[in-house]
Amino acid sequence: MKRSTIDIWVGAFVAAGFAGLLFLALKVGNLASFSTAQTYQVEAKFANIGGLKVRAPIKSAGVVVGRVSEVRFDNESYEAIVTFNLDAHYKFPRDTSAKILTSGLLGEQYVGLEAGGDGVMLKGGDRLRLTQSAVVLENLISQFLFNKAAEGKDGK
Amino acid sequence: MAEQETVGALRSGLEKLGRGFTAKIWRLGFAARFFVYVLLHSGTALRRFSLTIREMYFAGVHSMIIILVSGLFVGMVLALQGYDTLQRYGSSEALGILVALSLVRELGPVVAGLLFASRAGSAITAEIGLMKATEQIAAMEMMAVDPIARVVAPRFWAGVISMPLLAALFSAMGIFGGYLVGVQLIGVDEGAFWSQMQASVDVREDILNGVIKSVVFGVAVTWIAVFEGYDAPPTAEGVSGATTRTVVTSSLAILALDFVLTALMFTGGTAK
Repeated sequence: MKRSTIDIWVGAFVAAGFAGLLFLALKVGNLASFSTAQTYQVEAKFANIGGLKVRAPIKSAGVVVGRVSEVRFDNESYEAIVTFNLDAHYKFPRDTSAKILTSGLLGEQYVGLEAGGDGVMLKGGDRLRLTQSAVVLENLISQFLFNKAAEGKDGK
Repeated sequence: MAEQETVGALRSGLEKLGRGFTAKIWRLGFAARFFVYVLLHSGTALRRFSLTIREMYFAGVHSMIIILVSGLFVGMVLALQGYDTLQRYGSSEALGILVALSLVRELGPVVAGLLFASRAGSAITAEIGLMKATEQIAAMEMMAVDPIARVVAPRFWAGVISMPLLAALFSAMGIFGGYLVGVQLIGVDEGAFWSQMQASVDVREDILNGVIKSVVFGVAVTWIAVFEGYDAPPTAEGVSGATTRTVVTSSLAILALDFVLTALMFTGGTAK
């Protein structure tokens, strides 16, 4: 008799524990959105990736369509090769261009894809040809300062 | 004459220090052997699972209330404090990330582990210690029942199974508390709270690592608790001392292990 009441409580405890884990995985960690989906990989070369990190989102028209899966350095062209993991639901033309953008002024960096007009679609292992590097704030400021200085000289 | 006395005092002091140190090492070795013995003799605990379930009732179910209530309050305090800091930088929407990451990665496993050590660990030690003091353990041995298989292993496995569940409950409850204070009370945008949280909490990197932490803490706490109980001198004083040692040692073990695990888990990812 005693045993069965204990069993109910332990069962409730285990169920509550798993419910907590499920809540963490689904509602907090958002397991459902990406990890089960099929993906295909596409590469792109960038002259400078700024602060782009692995797992940064890849967005097209503001919608997250994939994540950065790998960042490595190409020792022949001295450029960065970034591998994108794109959701298989989303197809892009072969002449799609990739830009490294920043959300907000100082926010995290992500990759923006802009679809081209080619009829042939990208498939796994392809490389994007049109890329635009990250804007490095220091370079921007120094450019601005040099321009100002040059203007000042012309004025005199 | 006086010189001889100081030499004698020095020598006896050194001897005492050495004896204490050797005793500690000896005890550690016994604890390690005890751990292996428990693992090897846990067949009964897993085959007759009702034994383990009975212990889970005492270790897990009875700890649930304190875990749920403290989780709720910790989450609420995190939201209040986090909001205060974040709104200075105009990023109060990041409150969800702050609450979720700090709970799932650190506070959930660590605070739940500390509470579990003081709520369930001390009870396990006291119970086993009293069984030994009242010679129930010796009686079992007389009846050719292995007390480790019958008494210690079920408690050990009950603790190891309960701890991750309690830590998950703590984190979930804490996030709910953060939601209550952040969204309902302060008025952070609900959509931003959840979506930012979901965008930055990774299931494998954050949640799974938190679960691994809590499993490790569960093993450490229950190991210390059953060992202190089994090793306690069979007197009232001995049992009370062992109970205190369980809480102190397992709290220190949790914090030290947490540092090691955090260094292993989270610095590798961010160093890239």
